[in-house]
Amino acid sequence: MPQWIAACATDDVDPEDVISFEHAGNAYAVYRSPDDAFFATDGHCTHERELLCDGLVMGGVIECPKHNGRFDYTSGKALGAPVLVDVRTYPTKVEDGTVYIEVP
Amino acid sequence: MTGPGGVVPGGVVVVGAGECGTRAALALREEGYAGPVTLVGGEPGHPYERPPLSKAVLSGAADLTPLCTPERLVDAGVTHLAGVAATALDVRAHEVALADGRVLGYERLLLATGARARPLPGALVLRSHADAVALQARLRPGTRVGVVGGGFIGLEVAATAAGLGCAVTVVEAAPRLMGRAVPERLAARVAARHAEAGVAVRCASPVARLEPGRIVLADGQVVETDVVVAGIGSAPETALAAAAGLAVADGIVVDGSLATSAPDVFAAGDCCSFPHPLYDDRRVRLESWRAAQEQGVHAARALLGDPEPYAAVPWFWSDQYELSLQVAGLPGAATEEVVRVRPDGAELWFGLDAGRLVAVAGIGTGTAVAKDVRIGELLIAQRAAPDPAALADPGVALKPLLRAPSPVG
Repeated sequence: MPQWIAACATDDVDPEDVISFEHAGNAYAVYRSPDDAFFATDGHCTHERELLCDGLVMGGVIECPKHNGRFDYTSGKALGAPVLVDVRTYPTKVEDGTVYIEVP
Repeated sequence: MTGPGGVVPGGVVVVGAGECGTRAALALREEGYAGPVTLVGGEPGHPYERPPLSKAVLSGAADLTPLCTPERLVDAGVTHLAGVAATALDVRAHEVALADGRVLGYERLLLATGARARPLPGALVLRSHADAVALQARLRPGTRVGVVGGGFIGLEVAATAAGLGCAVTVVEAAPRLMGRAVPERLAARVAARHAEAGVAVRCASPVARLEPGRIVLADGQVVETDVVVAGIGSAPETALAAAAGLAVADGIVVDGSLATSAPDVFAAGDCCSFPHPLYDDRRVRLESWRAAQEQGVHAARALLGDPEPYAAVPWFWSDQYELSLQVAGLPGAATEEVVRVRPDGAELWFGLDAGRLVAVAGIGTGTAVAKDVRIGELLIAQRAAPDPAALADPGVALKPLLRAPSPVG
Protein backbone atom coordinates (compact mmCIF):
# COMPACT_ATOMS: atom_id res chain seq x y z
CA MET A 1 0.00 0.00 0.00
CA PRO A 2 1.80 3.19 -1.12
CA GLN A 3 2.01 5.89 1.51
CA TRP A 4 3.37 9.42 1.78
CA ILE A 5 6.15 9.72 4.35
CA ALA A 6 7.59 12.97 5.69
CA ALA A 7 11.26 12.81 4.74
CA CYS A 8 12.73 16.16 5.78
CA ALA A 9 12.21 19.88 5.89
CA THR A 10 12.85 21.69 2.63
CA ASP A 11 15.64 23.64 4.36
CA ASP A 12 17.42 20.41 5.27
CA VAL A 13 18.60 20.04 1.68
CA ASP A 14 20.80 22.66 0.05
CA PRO A 15 20.02 23.55 -3.55
CA GLU A 16 21.76 21.11 -5.90
CA ASP A 17 22.50 18.68 -3.11
CA VAL A 18 21.27 15.45 -1.56
CA ILE A 19 20.56 14.04 1.89
CA SER A 20 19.76 10.56 3.07
CA PHE A 21 16.51 9.46 4.63
CA GLU A 22 15.65 6.12 6.20
CA HIS A 23 12.25 4.59 6.54
CA ALA A 24 11.30 1.06 7.58
CA GLY A 25 14.86 -0.13 7.17
CA ASN A 26 15.22 1.29 3.66
CA ALA A 27 17.55 4.11 2.66
CA TYR A 28 16.37 6.84 0.34
CA ALA A 29 18.14 9.83 -1.18
CA VAL A 30 16.29 13.14 -1.34
CA TYR A 31 17.50 15.73 -3.87
CA ARG A 32 16.87 19.43 -4.31
CA SER A 33 17.47 20.83 -7.78
CA PRO A 34 18.87 24.34 -8.38
CA ASP A 35 15.31 25.53 -9.06
CA ASP A 36 14.07 24.06 -5.76
CA ALA A 37 12.27 21.01 -7.08
CA PHE A 38 12.58 17.86 -4.94
CA PHE A 39 13.28 14.32 -6.12
CA ALA A 40 13.82 10.99 -4.39
CA THR A 41 15.61 7.77 -5.32
CA ASP A 42 16.76 4.62 -3.59
CA GLY A 43 19.58 5.47 -1.21
CA HIS A 44 22.03 2.94 -2.62
CA CYS A 45 23.89 2.79 -5.90
CA THR A 46 22.86 -0.12 -8.12
CA HIS A 47 26.52 -1.03 -8.70
CA GLU A 48 28.06 -1.92 -5.32
CA ARG A 49 25.34 -0.64 -2.98
CA GLU A 50 27.30 2.37 -1.81
CA LEU A 51 25.20 5.11 -0.21
CA LEU A 52 24.51 7.80 -2.77
CA CYS A 53 24.02 10.63 -0.25
CA ASP A 54 27.80 11.28 0.02
CA GLY A 55 27.99 11.82 -3.74
CA LEU A 56 28.25 15.00 -5.76
CA VAL A 57 25.09 16.47 -7.29
CA MET A 58 25.57 18.62 -10.37
CA GLY A 59 23.58 19.36 -13.48
CA GLY A 60 20.71 17.00 -12.63
CA VAL A 61 23.11 14.13 -11.97
CA ILE A 62 24.00 12.27 -8.79
CA GLU A 63 27.36 10.58 -8.86
CA CYS A 64 28.13 7.60 -6.64
CA PRO A 65 30.80 8.63 -4.10
CA LYS A 66 32.74 5.42 -4.55
CA HIS A 67 33.00 4.48 -8.19
CA ASN A 68 31.50 7.50 -9.93
CA GLY A 69 28.50 5.70 -11.33
CA ARG A 70 26.11 8.41 -12.51
CA PHE A 71 22.34 8.65 -12.49
CA ASP A 72 19.88 11.26 -13.65
CA TYR A 73 18.22 11.76 -10.26
CA THR A 74 15.05 13.08 -11.85
CA SER A 75 14.42 9.87 -13.82
CA GLY A 76 16.73 7.35 -12.14
CA LYS A 77 18.38 6.58 -15.47
CA ALA A 78 21.87 5.04 -15.24
CA LEU A 79 24.26 7.10 -17.35
CA GLY A 80 26.92 4.51 -18.16
CA ALA A 81 29.56 2.19 -16.74
CA PRO A 82 30.08 1.09 -14.06
CA VAL A 83 26.36 1.42 -13.36
CA LEU A 84 24.25 -0.79 -15.56
CA VAL A 85 20.91 -0.67 -13.78
CA ASP A 86 18.71 2.39 -13.26
CA VAL A 87 18.11 3.54 -9.70
CA ARG A 88 14.50 3.49 -8.56
CA THR A 89 12.77 6.84 -8.14
CA TYR A 90 9.87 7.83 -5.87
CA PRO A 91 7.26 10.57 -6.19
CA THR A 92 7.73 13.62 -3.96
CA LYS A 93 5.58 16.51 -2.83
CA VAL A 94 6.15 19.56 -0.63
CA GLU A 95 3.58 20.72 1.90
CA ASP A 96 4.16 23.43 4.50
CA GLY A 97 7.93 23.26 4.18
CA THR A 98 8.04 19.48 4.50
CA VAL A 99 9.20 17.12 1.75
CA TYR A 100 7.15 13.92 1.46
CA ILE A 101 8.06 10.88 -0.57
CA GLU A 102 5.66 8.17 -1.64
CA VAL A 103 7.00 4.76 -0.73
CA PRO A 104 5.46 1.43 -1.65
CA MET B 1 34.21 -17.57 -40.89
CA THR B 2 37.78 -17.68 -42.15
CA GLY B 3 39.42 -16.06 -45.13
CA PRO B 4 42.58 -16.92 -47.05
CA GLY B 5 45.18 -18.70 -44.94
CA GLY B 6 42.76 -19.37 -42.10
CA VAL B 7 42.76 -15.74 -41.00
CA VAL B 8 39.54 -14.52 -39.40
CA PRO B 9 38.96 -11.26 -41.25
CA GLY B 10 38.34 -7.76 -40.22
CA GLY B 11 36.80 -5.71 -37.49
CA VAL B 12 38.20 -4.60 -34.18
CA VAL B 13 40.23 -6.91 -32.00
CA VAL B 14 40.72 -6.00 -28.34
CA VAL B 15 43.56 -7.81 -26.60
CA GLY B 16 42.92 -7.97 -22.86
CA ALA B 17 39.52 -8.64 -21.27
CA GLY B 18 39.99 -6.72 -18.04
CA GLU B 19 38.31 -3.46 -17.07
CA CYS B 20 39.80 -1.53 -19.96
CA GLY B 21 39.36 -4.00 -22.80
CA THR B 22 35.85 -5.01 -21.84
CA ARG B 23 34.67 -1.42 -21.48
CA ALA B 24 36.23 -0.65 -24.85
CA ALA B 25 34.46 -3.55 -26.55
CA LEU B 26 31.10 -2.45 -25.19
CA ALA B 27 31.80 1.21 -25.96
CA LEU B 28 32.47 0.39 -29.62
CA ARG B 29 28.84 -0.66 -29.92
CA GLU B 30 27.61 2.29 -27.90
CA GLU B 31 29.50 4.51 -30.36
CA GLY B 32 27.65 2.85 -33.22
CA TYR B 33 30.35 0.60 -34.63
CA ALA B 34 28.65 -2.25 -36.51
CA GLY B 35 31.59 -4.46 -37.55
CA PRO B 36 32.97 -7.53 -35.80
CA VAL B 37 34.35 -7.01 -32.27
CA THR B 38 36.52 -9.71 -30.74
CA LEU B 39 37.65 -9.52 -27.12
CA VAL B 40 40.64 -11.74 -26.37
CA GLY B 41 41.61 -12.49 -22.77
CA GLY B 42 44.19 -14.80 -21.26
CA GLU B 43 42.18 -15.40 -18.11
CA PRO B 44 39.39 -17.97 -18.07
CA GLY B 45 35.81 -16.99 -17.34
CA HIS B 46 33.74 -13.86 -17.68
CA PRO B 47 35.42 -10.43 -17.29
CA TYR B 48 35.36 -9.23 -13.67
CA GLU B 49 36.25 -6.26 -11.50
CA ARG B 50 39.67 -6.39 -9.86
CA PRO B 51 39.29 -3.91 -6.98
CA PRO B 52 37.34 -6.30 -4.69
CA LEU B 53 40.08 -8.94 -5.02
CA SER B 54 42.10 -7.37 -2.20
CA LYS B 55 39.03 -6.59 -0.10
CA ALA B 56 35.66 -8.36 -0.10
CA VAL B 57 36.73 -11.26 -2.34
CA LEU B 58 39.89 -11.87 -0.30
CA SER B 59 37.97 -11.78 2.97
CA GLY B 60 35.39 -14.17 1.60
CA ALA B 61 32.60 -11.64 2.11
CA ALA B 62 31.71 -11.40 -1.56
CA ASP B 63 31.98 -13.23 -4.84
CA LEU B 64 33.46 -11.78 -7.97
CA THR B 65 31.69 -8.76 -9.42
CA PRO B 66 31.22 -9.27 -13.16
CA LEU B 67 32.05 -6.30 -15.37
CA CYS B 68 28.72 -6.75 -17.07
CA THR B 69 26.20 -9.52 -17.47
CA PRO B 70 27.26 -12.28 -19.90
CA GLU B 71 24.11 -11.46 -21.88
CA ARG B 72 25.32 -7.90 -22.36
CA LEU B 73 28.41 -9.07 -24.25
CA VAL B 74 26.25 -11.38 -26.34
CA ASP B 75 23.65 -8.68 -26.99
CA ALA B 76 26.43 -6.30 -28.03
CA GLY B 77 27.69 -8.89 -30.49
CA VAL B 78 31.09 -9.05 -28.82
CA THR B 79 32.89 -12.35 -29.39
CA HIS B 80 34.73 -13.06 -26.14
CA LEU B 81 37.58 -15.55 -26.41
CA ALA B 82 38.41 -16.42 -22.80
CA GLY B 83 41.48 -18.24 -21.59
CA VAL B 84 43.33 -17.61 -24.85
CA ALA B 85 46.39 -15.39 -24.76
CA ALA B 86 47.50 -13.37 -27.74
CA THR B 87 51.01 -14.58 -28.56
CA ALA B 88 52.17 -12.53 -31.54
CA LEU B 89 51.25 -9.39 -33.39
CA ASP B 90 52.07 -8.66 -37.02
CA VAL B 91 51.36 -4.98 -37.54
CA ARG B 92 52.10 -5.05 -41.28
CA ALA B 93 49.75 -7.95 -41.97
CA HIS B 94 47.24 -6.61 -39.40
CA GLU B 95 47.06 -9.98 -37.67
CA VAL B 96 47.14 -11.26 -34.10
CA ALA B 97 48.12 -14.86 -33.38
CA LEU B 98 46.53 -16.63 -30.42
CA ALA B 99 47.87 -19.36 -28.15
CA ASP B 100 45.43 -21.89 -29.60
CA GLY B 101 46.77 -21.40 -33.11
CA ARG B 102 44.05 -19.11 -34.39
CA VAL B 103 45.03 -15.97 -36.24
CA LEU B 104 42.74 -12.95 -36.12
CA GLY B 105 42.88 -10.28 -38.77
CA TYR B 106 41.98 -6.75 -37.71
CA GLU B 107 41.23 -3.38 -39.16
CA ARG B 108 41.90 -1.74 -35.80
CA LEU B 109 43.54 -3.27 -32.76
CA LEU B 110 43.38 -2.20 -29.13
CA LEU B 111 46.03 -3.43 -26.72
CA ALA B 112 44.54 -3.45 -23.22
CA THR B 113 47.01 -5.93 -21.83
CA GLY B 114 47.20 -4.38 -18.38
CA ALA B 115 50.02 -4.99 -15.98
CA ARG B 116 51.37 -7.87 -14.01
CA ALA B 117 52.43 -7.92 -10.39
CA ARG B 118 56.18 -7.68 -9.95
CA PRO B 119 57.19 -11.10 -8.71
CA LEU B 120 59.22 -11.87 -5.61
CA PRO B 121 60.42 -15.47 -5.51
CA GLY B 122 58.93 -17.20 -2.48
CA ALA B 123 56.02 -14.78 -2.17
CA LEU B 124 52.45 -14.83 -3.44
CA VAL B 125 51.15 -11.87 -5.43
CA LEU B 126 47.65 -10.51 -5.97
CA ARG B 127 46.51 -9.51 -9.40
CA SER B 128 43.98 -12.07 -10.66
CA HIS B 129 41.03 -13.91 -9.22
CA ALA B 130 43.16 -17.06 -9.14
CA ASP B 131 45.73 -15.17 -7.06
CA ALA B 132 43.01 -14.07 -4.63
CA VAL B 133 41.68 -17.61 -4.26
CA ALA B 134 45.18 -18.97 -3.62
CA LEU B 135 45.91 -16.31 -1.03
CA GLN B 136 42.55 -16.57 0.69
CA ALA B 137 43.12 -20.29 1.25
CA ARG B 138 46.19 -19.38 3.31
CA LEU B 139 44.62 -16.72 5.53
CA ARG B 140 43.37 -18.27 8.77
CA PRO B 141 43.14 -16.83 12.28
CA GLY B 142 46.65 -16.75 13.70
CA THR B 143 48.39 -17.14 10.35
CA ARG B 144 51.59 -15.09 10.34
CA VAL B 145 51.35 -13.02 7.18
CA GLY B 146 54.35 -11.07 5.92
CA VAL B 147 53.50 -8.34 3.44
CA VAL B 148 56.39 -6.99 1.41
CA GLY B 149 55.53 -3.51 0.19
CA GLY B 150 53.52 -0.75 1.86
CA GLY B 151 51.57 0.45 -1.17
CA PHE B 152 47.86 0.15 -1.91
CA ILE B 153 47.81 -3.58 -2.61
CA GLY B 154 50.05 -4.57 0.28
CA LEU B 155 48.12 -2.44 2.76
CA GLU B 156 44.70 -3.60 1.56
CA VAL B 157 45.87 -7.20 1.91
CA ALA B 158 47.23 -6.37 5.38
CA ALA B 159 43.91 -4.81 6.45
CA THR B 160 41.88 -7.73 5.10
CA ALA B 161 44.21 -10.31 6.67
CA ALA B 162 44.11 -8.48 10.00
CA GLY B 163 40.32 -8.55 9.80
CA LEU B 164 40.50 -12.32 9.38
CA GLY B 165 42.54 -12.61 12.56
CA CYS B 166 45.94 -13.07 10.96
CA ALA B 167 49.11 -11.74 12.59
CA VAL B 168 50.35 -9.31 9.97
CA THR B 169 53.69 -7.60 9.46
CA VAL B 170 54.21 -5.09 6.65
CA VAL B 171 57.77 -4.35 5.59
CA GLU B 172 58.40 -1.36 3.36
CA ALA B 173 61.77 -0.30 1.98
CA ALA B 174 60.91 3.42 1.87
CA PRO B 175 60.81 5.62 4.99
CA ARG B 176 57.00 5.75 4.87
CA LEU B 177 53.93 4.03 3.41
CA MET B 178 52.42 4.74 -0.02
CA GLY B 179 55.22 7.13 -0.89
CA ARG B 180 54.47 7.00 -4.60
CA ALA B 181 50.83 8.08 -4.58
CA VAL B 182 49.70 9.52 -1.24
CA PRO B 183 50.77 12.65 0.70
CA GLU B 184 52.73 11.96 3.86
CA ARG B 185 50.16 13.29 6.30
CA LEU B 186 47.43 10.98 5.01
CA ALA B 187 49.81 8.03 4.83
CA ALA B 188 50.67 8.59 8.51
CA ARG B 189 47.02 8.31 9.39
CA VAL B 190 46.76 5.02 7.52
CA ALA B 191 49.87 3.76 9.32
CA ALA B 192 48.32 4.65 12.68
CA ARG B 193 45.14 2.78 11.80
CA HIS B 194 47.13 -0.33 10.90
CA ALA B 195 48.99 -0.12 14.21
CA GLU B 196 45.64 0.14 16.02
CA ALA B 197 44.53 -3.05 14.25
CA GLY B 198 47.63 -4.81 15.50
CA VAL B 199 49.50 -4.80 12.21
CA ALA B 200 53.23 -4.36 12.65
CA VAL B 201 54.35 -1.77 10.10
CA ARG B 202 58.09 -1.55 9.54
CA CYS B 203 59.16 1.21 7.20
CA ALA B 204 62.76 1.82 6.08
CA SER B 205 63.07 -1.96 6.12
CA PRO B 206 64.30 -3.25 2.77
CA VAL B 207 64.18 -7.00 2.32
CA ALA B 208 67.47 -8.83 1.86
CA ARG B 209 65.90 -12.16 0.95
CA LEU B 210 63.08 -14.56 1.63
CA GLU B 211 63.89 -17.84 3.30
CA PRO B 212 61.42 -20.63 4.02
CA GLY B 213 59.28 -19.39 6.91
CA ARG B 214 60.88 -15.99 7.23
CA ILE B 215 61.71 -12.63 5.70
CA VAL B 216 65.29 -11.52 6.24
CA LEU B 217 65.63 -7.76 6.28
CA ALA B 218 68.68 -5.86 5.05
CA ASP B 219 69.64 -4.97 8.62
CA GLY B 220 69.69 -8.65 9.54
CA GLN B 221 66.41 -8.68 11.45
CA VAL B 222 64.02 -11.51 10.72
CA VAL B 223 60.22 -11.64 10.41
CA GLU B 224 58.80 -15.13 10.96
CA THR B 225 56.03 -15.93 8.49
CA ASP B 226 53.61 -18.63 7.41
CA VAL B 227 52.86 -16.88 4.16
CA VAL B 228 54.45 -13.95 2.35
CA VAL B 229 52.62 -11.65 -0.05
CA ALA B 230 54.47 -9.23 -2.30
CA GLY B 231 52.85 -5.92 -3.17
CA ILE B 232 55.86 -4.31 -4.76
CA GLY B 233 54.27 -2.68 -7.75
CA SER B 234 53.35 -3.82 -11.18
CA ALA B 235 54.99 -3.84 -14.56
CA PRO B 236 53.10 -2.98 -17.75
CA GLU B 237 52.37 -5.98 -19.93
CA THR B 238 54.27 -4.89 -23.02
CA ALA B 239 55.83 -8.11 -24.34
CA LEU B 240 53.43 -8.50 -27.26
CA ALA B 241 53.87 -4.85 -28.30
CA ALA B 242 57.63 -4.84 -27.90
CA ALA B 243 58.05 -8.03 -29.93
CA ALA B 244 55.98 -6.44 -32.69
CA GLY B 245 58.30 -3.44 -32.80
CA LEU B 246 56.01 -0.89 -31.14
CA ALA B 247 57.61 1.91 -29.14
CA VAL B 248 57.74 0.88 -25.48
CA ALA B 249 59.13 2.92 -22.57
CA ASP B 250 57.58 2.08 -19.18
CA GLY B 251 54.45 1.11 -21.05
CA ILE B 252 53.36 1.06 -24.65
CA VAL B 253 54.00 4.57 -25.91
CA VAL B 254 50.84 6.24 -27.22
CA ASP B 255 49.97 9.75 -28.35
CA GLY B 256 47.23 11.92 -26.88
CA SER B 257 44.52 9.93 -28.60
CA LEU B 258 45.98 6.62 -27.41
CA ALA B 259 47.42 5.62 -30.83
CA THR B 260 50.63 3.58 -30.71
CA SER B 261 53.59 3.93 -33.06
CA ALA B 262 52.04 1.26 -35.35
CA PRO B 263 49.24 2.09 -37.77
CA ASP B 264 45.74 1.16 -36.62
CA VAL B 265 47.00 -0.06 -33.24
CA PHE B 266 45.91 1.67 -30.03
CA ALA B 267 46.73 0.98 -26.40
CA ALA B 268 44.91 1.91 -23.21
CA GLY B 269 44.83 1.25 -19.49
CA ASP B 270 47.65 0.08 -17.23
CA CYS B 271 49.79 -0.99 -20.20
CA CYS B 272 50.15 2.41 -21.86
CA SER B 273 52.17 5.56 -21.28
CA PHE B 274 50.46 8.70 -22.53
CA PRO B 275 51.16 12.46 -22.53
CA HIS B 276 48.94 14.24 -20.01
CA PRO B 277 47.82 17.71 -21.15
CA LEU B 278 47.06 18.83 -17.57
CA TYR B 279 50.65 18.13 -16.56
CA ASP B 280 52.64 19.76 -19.38
CA ASP B 281 52.25 16.66 -21.53
CA ARG B 282 54.41 14.73 -19.10
CA ARG B 283 54.25 11.01 -19.85
CA VAL B 284 52.04 9.20 -17.36
CA ARG B 285 51.24 5.56 -16.88
CA LEU B 286 48.32 4.94 -14.55
CA GLU B 287 47.50 1.81 -12.60
CA SER B 288 43.97 2.84 -11.87
CA TRP B 289 40.58 1.22 -12.15
CA ARG B 290 38.90 4.39 -13.30
CA ALA B 291 41.58 5.30 -15.83
CA ALA B 292 41.34 1.78 -17.26
CA GLN B 293 37.63 2.27 -17.70
CA GLU B 294 37.83 5.79 -19.10
CA GLN B 295 40.71 5.02 -21.42
CA GLY B 296 38.89 1.96 -22.72
CA VAL B 297 35.94 4.12 -23.69
CA HIS B 298 38.24 6.83 -25.02
CA ALA B 299 40.21 4.33 -27.11
CA ALA B 300 36.99 2.97 -28.60
CA ARG B 301 36.13 6.47 -29.81
CA ALA B 302 39.70 7.13 -30.93
CA LEU B 303 39.95 4.03 -33.07
CA LEU B 304 36.69 5.00 -34.74
CA GLY B 305 38.32 8.30 -35.69
CA ASP B 306 37.70 10.75 -32.83
CA PRO B 307 40.96 12.76 -32.41
CA GLU B 308 40.08 14.19 -28.96
CA PRO B 309 43.06 13.83 -26.59
CA TYR B 310 42.65 11.90 -23.35
CA ALA B 311 42.77 14.46 -20.54
CA ALA B 312 40.90 12.97 -17.58
CA VAL B 313 42.28 13.76 -14.13
CA PRO B 314 43.94 10.66 -12.63
CA TRP B 315 41.93 9.23 -9.74
CA PHE B 316 42.65 6.45 -7.25
CA TRP B 317 41.09 5.07 -4.15
CA SER B 318 41.96 2.59 -1.44
CA ASP B 319 39.79 1.08 1.28
CA GLN B 320 41.47 -0.10 4.46
CA TYR B 321 39.35 -0.96 7.50
CA GLU B 322 36.58 1.65 7.74
CA LEU B 323 38.83 4.25 6.14
CA SER B 324 38.67 5.28 2.53
CA LEU B 325 41.39 7.21 0.82
CA GLN B 326 40.84 9.02 -2.45
CA VAL B 327 43.43 10.80 -4.58
CA ALA B 328 42.78 12.94 -7.66
CA GLY B 329 45.54 14.40 -9.80
CA LEU B 330 49.25 13.77 -9.34
CA PRO B 331 50.50 14.63 -5.82
CA GLY B 332 54.07 14.45 -7.08
CA ALA B 333 53.43 17.50 -9.26
CA ALA B 334 52.74 19.72 -6.23
CA THR B 335 55.25 22.23 -4.89
CA GLU B 336 53.00 23.66 -2.19
CA GLU B 337 50.48 21.95 0.08
CA VAL B 338 47.39 22.99 2.00
CA VAL B 339 45.55 20.87 4.57
CA ARG B 340 41.89 21.10 5.54
CA VAL B 341 40.76 19.25 8.67
CA ARG B 342 37.01 18.88 8.76
CA PRO B 343 34.91 18.83 11.94
CA ASP B 344 34.01 15.17 11.27
CA GLY B 345 37.69 14.24 11.44
CA ALA B 346 38.09 13.74 7.71
CA GLU B 347 41.15 15.38 6.21
CA LEU B 348 41.79 16.84 2.81
CA TRP B 349 45.14 17.63 1.27
CA PHE B 350 45.50 20.02 -1.65
CA GLY B 351 48.64 20.14 -3.78
CA LEU B 352 49.40 23.30 -5.77
CA ASP B 353 52.02 24.22 -8.32
CA ALA B 354 52.55 27.89 -9.12
CA GLY B 355 49.15 28.56 -7.58
CA ARG B 356 47.33 25.99 -9.69
CA LEU B 357 45.62 23.03 -8.07
CA VAL B 358 47.31 19.84 -9.35
CA ALA B 359 46.26 17.21 -6.78
CA VAL B 360 43.73 16.56 -4.05
CA ALA B 361 43.71 13.73 -1.55
CA GLY B 362 41.34 12.91 1.24
CA ILE B 363 40.91 10.38 4.00
CA GLY B 364 37.85 9.71 6.10
CA THR B 365 35.38 7.10 7.20
CA GLY B 366 33.47 5.44 4.39
CA THR B 367 32.74 7.84 1.58
CA ALA B 368 33.07 10.98 3.73
CA VAL B 369 35.67 12.66 1.51
CA ALA B 370 34.27 11.58 -1.85
CA LYS B 371 32.35 14.74 -2.65
CA ASP B 372 35.19 17.09 -1.75
CA VAL B 373 37.76 15.06 -3.67
CA ARG B 374 35.43 14.98 -6.68
CA ILE B 375 35.05 18.76 -6.58
CA GLY B 376 38.82 19.01 -6.26
CA GLU B 377 39.12 16.84 -9.35
CA LEU B 378 36.83 19.18 -11.29
CA LEU B 379 38.93 22.14 -10.09
CA ILE B 380 42.08 20.41 -11.34
CA ALA B 381 40.43 19.81 -14.71
CA GLN B 382 39.51 23.50 -14.87
CA ARG B 383 43.14 24.42 -14.15
CA ALA B 384 41.81 26.44 -11.23
CA ALA B 385 44.04 28.45 -8.89
CA PRO B 386 41.92 28.58 -5.73
CA ASP B 387 42.84 30.73 -2.76
CA PRO B 388 44.90 28.53 -0.39
CA ALA B 389 43.22 30.14 2.61
CA ALA B 390 39.82 29.06 1.28
CA LEU B 391 41.10 25.53 0.71
CA ALA B 392 42.37 25.33 4.28
CA ASP B 393 39.15 26.60 5.87
CA PRO B 394 36.63 23.82 6.55
CA GLY B 395 33.95 26.50 6.77
CA VAL B 396 34.35 27.39 3.08
CA ALA B 397 32.31 25.24 0.72
CA LEU B 398 34.38 23.93 -2.18
CA LYS B 399 31.64 23.68 -4.79
CA PRO B 400 31.33 27.46 -5.32
CA LEU B 401 35.06 27.55 -6.19
CA LEU B 402 34.22 25.84 -9.47
CA ARG B 403 34.34 28.34 -12.31
CA ALA B 404 30.87 27.75 -13.67
CA PRO B 405 28.22 25.16 -13.08
CA SER B 406 29.09 22.54 -15.64
CA PRO B 407 27.47 19.15 -15.92
CA VAL B 408 29.29 16.40 -14.10
CA GLY B 409 31.41 14.72 -16.68
